[in-house]
Order: sequence, then structure tokens, then C-alpha cells
Amino acid sequence: MGTVAAQGLRKSFGKVQALDGVTLDVPDGSFFVVLGPSGAGKTTTLRAIAGLEKLDAGTVHLDGRDATGDAPAARDLAMVFQSYALYPRHTVYENIASPLRARRCSSSEIAAAVQKMSSLLHIERLLQRRPAQLSGGEMQRVALARALVRSPRAFLMDEPLTNLDLKLRVEMRTELTRIHRSLGATFVYVTNDQVEALSMADQVAVLKEGKVQQVGTPTEVYERPANQWVAGFVGSPPISLLTCRAEGDRLVGADGWTLPRPRWATAEDGQALLLGLRAEDLSVEQRGDASLSGELYGLEPLGDRTVVDVRVGTEIVKVKARPTVSGTPGERLSVTVDLDRAHLFDAGSGLSLSEAGR
Amino acid sequence: MAVSVDEAVSTGPAPDHGPPARRLGGRGRSVVEIALLTVLAVVMLFPVLWMLETSIKENRDVYAIPAKFFDFAVTLQHYKDVFVAQGDGRTPVSVNFLNSVVVAGASTVLATVLGVPAAWAYSRFAVKAKKDQLFFILSTRFMPPVVVVIPIFLMYRQIGLYDNKLGLILIYTAFNVPFTIWMMKGFVDEVPAEYEDAAMLDGYTRLQAFWRYTLPLLVPGIAATAVFALIFSWNEFVFATFLTSSDSVRTAPPAIAGLIGGTTTDWGLVAAASVVFALPVLVFAYLVRKHLIAGVTLGAVRR
Ligand SMILES: Nc1ncnc2c1ncn2[C@@H]1O[C@H](COP(=O)(O)OP(=O)(O)OP(=O)(O)O)[C@@H](O)[C@H]1O
Ligand SMILES: [Mg+2]
Repeated sequence: MGTVAAQGLRKSFGKVQALDGVTLDVPDGSFFVVLGPSGAGKTTTLRAIAGLEKLDAGTVHLDGRDATGDAPAARDLAMVFQSYALYPRHTVYENIASPLRARRCSSSEIAAAVQKMSSLLHIERLLQRRPAQLSGGEMQRVALARALVRSPRAFLMDEPLTNLDLKLRVEMRTELTRIHRSLGATFVYVTNDQVEALSMADQVAVLKEGKVQQVGTPTEVYERPANQWVAGFVGSPPISLLTCRAEGDRLVGADGWTLPRPRWATAEDGQALLLGLRAEDLSVEQRGDASLSGELYGLEPLGDRTVVDVRVGTEIVKVKARPTVSGTPGERLSVTVDLDRAHLFDAGSGLSLSEAGR
Repeated sequence: MAVSVDEAVSTGPAPDHGPPARRLGGRGRSVVEIALLTVLAVVMLFPVLWMLETSIKENRDVYAIPAKFFDFAVTLQHYKDVFVAQGDGRTPVSVNFLNSVVVAGASTVLATVLGVPAAWAYSRFAVKAKKDQLFFILSTRFMPPVVVVIPIFLMYRQIGLYDNKLGLILIYTAFNVPFTIWMMKGFVDEVPAEYEDAAMLDGYTRLQAFWRYTLPLLVPGIAATAVFALIFSWNEFVFATFLTSSDSVRTAPPAIAGLIGGTTTDWGLVAAASVVFALPVLVFAYLVRKHLIAGVTLGAVRR
């Protein structure tokens, strides 16, 4: 068993409201990612779950039992700290062994477990070094090893891959996913990297300014963002948001463009809206019945594809295109829109209008 | 030394941008600097040298006029007199030294044992009105010892701590604890709290976490703080004078002062006793100098 349920967590540091009613339900055995920008309260959320932060309000249930007042040691959780928090006076070996020593394991058990973890994380060579003699990426892997060396109720990981180089990060992503599967353990994983979130998570909670914006599977969060902010935060290149309003069966842009109004859009006439268009739902190469006209603003070749920036009126729309696409800035272009996959948000509240109709 | 002189009188537009460490290093010193430092050293060290000389002169050389700087007969009789009584057994002064060791040692240990956990608590926990409490603790040091010694004398007489080593130990501890808390809090603040957080998640209690992972990092700070506390207790004069009377309790500072006066003063004995008294702290500070400097700079420079 390993369920983690946080209910209405509130925590302020002086004037900063770090957590403003965070509720998370982490099912047993799931890979649960908390995604949010810097300062969103991700670390504070993890520390609250771990029992390191005294909460202003809210409860933490572990395996259905109220653990709100429990000491960290009593919660049986393992955590990878964002700052690693490796013990500076101890060797890598002793750092990894620490959780086992606390549980009074025999030294042969400890040696075996440390050996296994260090080979899994490619740090066998480093066992006799001290943290000061490690690079950032090595420290991060040692911190991971210290958490993974035992089988706690759940793993809490605070951006454990951010300091690795890209190749190692991709490798570790797969490795962590594999470890998660083989252990069947519960992971609460914090990151500000949406690619990491989307590729690893069973469930994603998007956090902003201490508030949970949306919880769902990666597909749900990507395909049906609950609000304009989530839509903008998740996805690369970022979603293009165009101001417009509903008029009869058309959407009329602030810059004069019109598009047929999608069937599912339940907006009232004259309501100020934001039309959200993902780069892959747009095309400059194909023809369709719904299109915007603009001029080429810039090209971003990314190897496997090129992102075409098109200026529509005063706003920029990012369009995904084949890598072979070419053009000169200022050239007139027509952008075909897949309206079935577009998103509409209320311009005032930012909430999605797409959900109700679909 | 030509280069150094050039450097010293140089008025050219190339000012010395070298880091201070290099300027202070042996080679870059100018003649003026060396002259000034020599004068300073002689002025500062003369009393010490004179004390050392007096302690190894024979009595008639001590009183010789003009004073003998170099050509005197060396004797260790005064040092013997400090420790060995005429006939046999211990001298009063040697008992005083022993008292000093006991009182200064015990009060330093007590102040450290009480002060370090307090400093840790003030550093790590949200304590109500923390700043006010810390200020209050420090404010107990604002009062000069002479001001409080009379009321303490009266209280001590009532409860039987007058002329009692325990009384001195307690009063020195009371004086050293605030200092220890303040100095140690700086050191604890420097050690990231996350080591303890990590240890608690590893399965240790908070105290175990402190003991295993924070305390070892505090050793330099503790050494530095303890040296200062030890120096205070070792040198303390006012309380020792007022709160003790018998030689079996009295510590060295008032006892040595007591050797002066009367009809004749045995200056050789006074000097030898002073040398013996000065040595332990010097030796101790020398032994822990690495920790001392690491400790003091750690506390002062960073953050
Ligand atoms: N100990 C503290 N004292 C004061 N403010 C704090 C403290 N810890 C966090 N905060 C504030 O609370 C907010 C949330 O911080 P938190 O560390 O949880 O963010 P985060 O999502 O982990 O960010 P990052 O991705 O940069 O690590 C921030 O505004 C931060 O400044
Ligand atoms: Mg963080």
C-alpha cells in the first residue's frame, strides 16, 4: 500500500502564501507528477507531505490514516531533496547507507543494497568520495540512490533530474519509469519540466501560486487544459492564444479575422474569448475550410520540424511544419486551423469553454 | 630589499592591486613597515619578556640597579617555589592553580553543554518572540561583574555557595551561556537544516539527526566558542576575589594578586606564577588554532 492524500494544505511564509489549499490524491502505485513553474509551491507541498513543514491548515493521510501530526521518520517516506542534502562529512557509500543504518540493517545487507543501487545509477566509481568531490549530476544520482535504497511507503522526488545533462536526463527518465514499474511503488514527483511530466506521469497535478490548477492524465492536461494558464504552461512550442469574441456562428478576432464558430463552443454572443491553437493543429501547407491569413514572421528550425511564426494582425501564431518548409519574412501565408482541436477560454476568468460542449 | 624600497616610495600611477594576502606575505614588506612592526612588537612584548626574565632571575638580580637584561644567573628556583612548599607538600599557589583548572574547565563544559543545544533550538525552531528572547539572553551580559557581585555575594552566603568552587562554576557558567548561545547560533545557522530533514526522512529522530549529521559540522564552532568561554573563566578576577576567601577554593588570579603586597614581595615567585598561569590558555588556543580560525571566519564572513 502507498496512497498519499493531501487535503486543503495551506502554508504561508510571512506574506507569501506558498500553499493555498492544495489537495492531491495520489493512488497507490502511481507515478504522480506535480508540475509547476518556479515558486509555485512544489517543494513546499512535498515537504508538507513529508512532515517537514508545519502547516497552517490541511491534513495529510497516508494509506488512509491521518498522519498530519506524525514525525517525518514515522511516515515511512523517502525523499530526494532539490538541493540533494547529501551529508558532507560522509562518503557516498555512507550517504546511501544512511536510511538502512537508521533501520539497523546488518552491514552485509547494507553492502548488497548499496552495491545494487550504485550500479543501477552508474555511481559505483564514486562510492568512496565525499559529496564535495562530485559534480551536480553525480550528487543528484547519489541523492536518488539514497532514496531508492529502501522500500518506503512512497517516494517523494523534488526535481531529481534537473541538473543532469540532456542525454543522461532522458536515460534517467526511462530508468526511473522502469524502476517505478518494477517496484510498483508510489512516486510523487515534482518538476517544472513539462516534457518530464507528460512523458513519465500517470497523473499530473498542475500547480500555480500554491493552487492546484488541474489534475489529470498527461493526455487530459494536454488535450483538455482546464484554463488558459494550464494551456499556456503545458506544451512546446507554447499554445497560441488569440483574443476574439463570439458573434453568431462566427468567431471574430480582435484583428478582424473570422473563423467558423466550433459547434461545441457554448459562448454567448459578444463574450470576450481567447482562442487557443496548438502548433500541431495548425498548418501552412494544407488547405482547409477554416483558415487565418497573416504574414511570415520567422522560422525556427528544430531539426525534426520547423516552427513557423505567423503574424496574424498584431498577434503571433506558432505553426508546426515540415523541416523543409521555407519562406521569406513578410510573405503572405494562409494558416489552416483544425477547429475541432482548438480551445476556447473565457477571457475574463481564463476557464475553458471547450469542456462542456465536447 | 631594493624592490621593497622601490615599492614603498613609488609614486607612479601603478597602485598595488595585489590581494591583501600577498601584501601581508613575507616578501612584499617595506622597511618602514618592518620598523613600525618591530617597535610595536617590542612595546607589546616587553612586559611579557620582563615577566619571563624575572621568573628565572635570582632574587638579588631582580632588584639590581641598573636592571640586568642579559647577564644574570639563571635559576628555576621560583618555579619550584610555585609548586613545592618548603619542607614538603603543595604550596597554596599550586592549589589555586588546580582550583582554576577545575572551575574554568567545569564552567566551560557546562556552558557548552547548555549553550549548544539552546543555540540549535533557536536556530532551527520557530520560537515565539525569538528576537526578544535572544536579546534578553544577551542583555544579561550588559551588567559589569562588579555591579552584580555584591548581591550575588549576599545570596551565595545565604545558600552556602560562598567560598565554594561550585559557586564560582555556576556564576561563570551563567556568564558564559549567553555568549555561547549567541556565538553558536551563528554557526548552526550556517549548517543547512536540510541535512537534518534528510536524516529524519532516513528514519532518525530529530535528536539523532542533530547528533549524527549536524553536530560533527559544528565541532570547529564549538572549539572556538569553548576557547573564548575558557579564557573568560580562567582570567576572571572580580567574582573570584569577592566570592572566595580560603586558599583551598580561591582560583589563581586573586591568589597571584595576593602575592603582591605585605612587607616584601617575592617578585620572582609572582613572575613564575604568572607565567605558569598564562601558559595553559596559550597552549590550548594554539592547539585548536585551526578550528579557531576556521570557526571564527565561518561565522563571520559567510552570509
Ligand atoms: N522557508 C521559506 N521562507 C520564506 N519563503 C519561502 C520559504 N520556502 C518557500 N518560500 C516561498 O514559498 C513559495 C513556494 O516555494 P517553493 O520552494 O515551494 O517553490 P517551488 O515550486 O519548489 O519552486 P522551484 O521550482 O523554484 O523549486 C515561493 O514564493 C518561496 O519564495
Ligand atoms: Mg522547489
